[in-house]
Amino acid sequence: MASVELTINSVRRTLDAAPGETLLEVLRREGYTGVKRGCGSGDCGACTVLLDGRAVNACLVLAAKANGKEILTIEGLASGDALHPIQEAFLDEGAVQCGYCTPGMILSAYDLLSRNPTPSEGEIRQAISGNLCRCTGYVKQVRAIQAAAERMRSARHE
Amino acid sequence: MSERAREPFVVVGKSVRKVDGVGLVKGKPKFVADVDLSDVLHVRILGSPHAHARIVSIDTSAAERIPGVVAVLTHANTPATRHTTAGQGYPEPSPYDTRMFDTKVRFVGDRVAAVAAETEEAAEKALRALRVTYEELPAVLSIDEARAHGAPVIHDEGDSTGIYDAARNIVADVDIDVGDVGRGFAQSAVTVETTCETQYAQHTPIETHVVHSLLDSDDRLVLRTSTQVPFHARRIVAQTLGIPIQRIRVIKPRVGGGFGAKQEVLLEDIAGWVTLRTGRPAFVCLSRAEEFVAARTRHPMRVRVKLGANADGVLQAIEMEATSNTGAYGAHGLTVLANTGSKTLPLYNKAENAHFYGQAVYTNLPVPGAYRGYGATQGYFPLETAMDELAERLGLDPIELRRRNHIRVGEGSPIFEKLGEGREGVSQTVKSCELERCLAVGAERIGWREKRGTRRREGPWVHGVGMSIMMQGSGIPQIDMAAATIKMNEDGSFNLLVGATDIGTGSDTILAQIAAEVLGVPASRMIVTSSDTDLTPFDVGAYASSTTYVSGMAVERAAGKVREQILSVAAAMCKEPVENLRLLEEHVVGPAARVPLAEVCRRAMYSSEQFQIAATASCVPTESPPPFLASFAEVAVDVETGRVKVVRYVAVADCGVPINPLMAEGQIEGSIVNGLGYALTEEMLLSSTGRVRNPSLFDYKIPGALDVPALDVILVGSYEPTGPMGAKSVGEIGINGPMPTIANAIYDAVGVRLHETPFTPERVLAAIRREAAERCPLA
Repeated sequence: MASVELTINSVRRTLDAAPGETLLEVLRREGYTGVKRGCGSGDCGACTVLLDGRAVNACLVLAAKANGKEILTIEGLASGDALHPIQEAFLDEGAVQCGYCTPGMILSAYDLLSRNPTPSEGEIRQAISGNLCRCTGYVKQVRAIQAAAERMRSARHE
Repeated sequence: MSERAREPFVVVGKSVRKVDGVGLVKGKPKFVADVDLSDVLHVRILGSPHAHARIVSIDTSAAERIPGVVAVLTHANTPATRHTTAGQGYPEPSPYDTRMFDTKVRFVGDRVAAVAAETEEAAEKALRALRVTYEELPAVLSIDEARAHGAPVIHDEGDSTGIYDAARNIVADVDIDVGDVGRGFAQSAVTVETTCETQYAQHTPIETHVVHSLLDSDDRLVLRTSTQVPFHARRIVAQTLGIPIQRIRVIKPRVGGGFGAKQEVLLEDIAGWVTLRTGRPAFVCLSRAEEFVAARTRHPMRVRVKLGANADGVLQAIEMEATSNTGAYGAHGLTVLANTGSKTLPLYNKAENAHFYGQAVYTNLPVPGAYRGYGATQGYFPLETAMDELAERLGLDPIELRRRNHIRVGEGSPIFEKLGEGREGVSQTVKSCELERCLAVGAERIGWREKRGTRRREGPWVHGVGMSIMMQGSGIPQIDMAAATIKMNEDGSFNLLVGATDIGTGSDTILAQIAAEVLGVPASRMIVTSSDTDLTPFDVGAYASSTTYVSGMAVERAAGKVREQILSVAAAMCKEPVENLRLLEEHVVGPAARVPLAEVCRRAMYSSEQFQIAATASCVPTESPPPFLASFAEVAVDVETGRVKVVRYVAVADCGVPINPLMAEGQIEGSIVNGLGYALTEEMLLSSTGRVRNPSLFDYKIPGALDVPALDVILVGSYEPTGPMGAKSVGEIGINGPMPTIANAIYDAVGVRLHETPFTPERVLAAIRREAAERCPLA
């Protein structure tokens, strides 16, 4: 068992990782269970995390490859009780049904909005196109991300 | 309409946040696999490589020697009890044709054995070390092969029960008659007939089937499972493993989607057996490939519809013949078949003559089960295609033809009574129906008048619009049962305990809203505990579009009883007659009184004539009011490649009073997009030996955010007088729309009828070429 050094949600941690083990397996074992497993082959996006600021499928990243990098999981998005505007918007717009794809979807949106604060609907759809949801029709997620973008813009201007 | 219903609602009809929403957006550990699993035995299952074979022997010795292997399960050491995996009310209408591990395998992927080991790797390794000798049998790989004379008999075991005719591979047979269709067709000015064949398709919840089992400190078996039917799961596991119900506790944590797939008890028996035998916690989770191969699917069907109408377009006769492929086991075989007729034919009650008949047959193919829409989906495709054909023959607008035939308030249909859930149904009269308005609003929104029949061209793309209408039900009358308990706490909050099963549908929230409405508090004052067989009262679970209507009514009644108790305590406190008091904004309010609920409960709990303010109520519905929906689509068909693009989809629904409008819309949006996948891309491809060729979300294409058209969902208000707060169901109906709506739109665009699904570019192009060749044979 080798060890990897990861900064997870701003906390530096040294974790065991077996050869061939994926970031998804290591994160879930360490209790970051907001990172979901839906396929294990990069098709569904339920395990989306941010790796050095970019959304990736944790099931496709070997834990060893993440050594020394920064990871943001859904557990690190809210500050205490204060939800992130994307989380707030997902609740207000009815974008959450079963909630299984929600963490990955929110992190893909976070990645998008950190690079593009004024995305078009097409850009939003593109950004979450790798996050499959079987409960909703994506209508309310798209609306939530638009609403979150607006909230984040006006917060910045205040 | 009750007095209270006439008052404006305070909590109901508002899109309050999901009661479990904050935890879900924060990624809190809420699902089965989100707990510490470091002490579990990992269970892996060996699937059959053959479609049909006898197991001659299984040599487990090499597997058992692998370090870390704790148990190997086969037919030799597990209970042989025949049961059904279908989580239905007892006694189930599905045959008892399944055992934990059988001596015969009946489809590629059928259970052969399982291994429990300290690690997943050891379990996998052990599976590979199992030496199984099979005697291969000829396989039945289609409906026609199943029905052929002298076909191999799939269930020849002798100890199965409830099969209609095992020797002829017939699981179920339905035949009901109203009037005389022969006479009806003879009287008709026009008749049309169409036959459609639908494909194998899958639910694909993003969370696959998963169970975590353990023994509690009293040695009772605890099953934490991703299920839609916790109480049925408890009963079926008790039956299968031969242990008392008393010894089992089923807990449903959050569920990552079900859509019917989790109305099936697929893994709980294995996990339970391992835990009881070893005393150790166990964990079974299907991989995505296993989910595709060995979980459940929608029943593929061949359905023929014949319609006869007079010159005014009033239907005189409807005949529907359905043949359903129920795969290797008969779970939901009878009831899905029956619903193909019972959820469709009453819509056109003007036809005085109707005949529905059909059979469900076994094949050596993957096992279908309950899937959102439940047979109605397979029935509406040919029915609404035939209605489109009929409109054309009569020279009538398709909307007008529906108007002349659809059921209305105050009307019934003999089908309601003749055809129920695998047995006779229940007579009912429709008390709310806004289909007329759904049609008008939808036609306006899609631009029906401007766009229909214009065949607008943009390069190779030709545009067309199509429509269809449908109904579903709200629970299963005189069968479904739901119960709810409410108890009051001394801060004025309430515990709401329901057996109802929130699988992401939002039922915890809407049930809290219903209770809160009655009790005069915000929904946030309800602490919801659902689906724990030790803690909550019984409920059949999340299926048949039952929860809002049936469980909602149980909650409304329990809340009503608690309300009475609160008022009687308050009446003593403020010396007012009960009739003068009501509940408002967390207070008991009277002409000269305003008592906080907390004070009422503190008095009942601690000071005077003490008792627990609490009540339990049940609901067994006596009818199943249908929600209604009109669907419209604009499509563009690329005549060079056969590609179909849905440009816009409009769905206008009458679901009674939407308890939570955003969530109700979400149910319809989700079911439509699921239906769009079913109509356009989703198809389980089967090899010539019965193997699923595309068991991944890469090769089996469900819609992503880029694949979805502009989607307008509109709820037209109605009030269902029998429902809780005027509500009807909303969960399933939307999925029935896309297939017929898109097929009819394709016809409007390019003049070809599609009878096989999904509408892939290959099928559409072939149909366009066939039609061109027929029109101009020498070209």
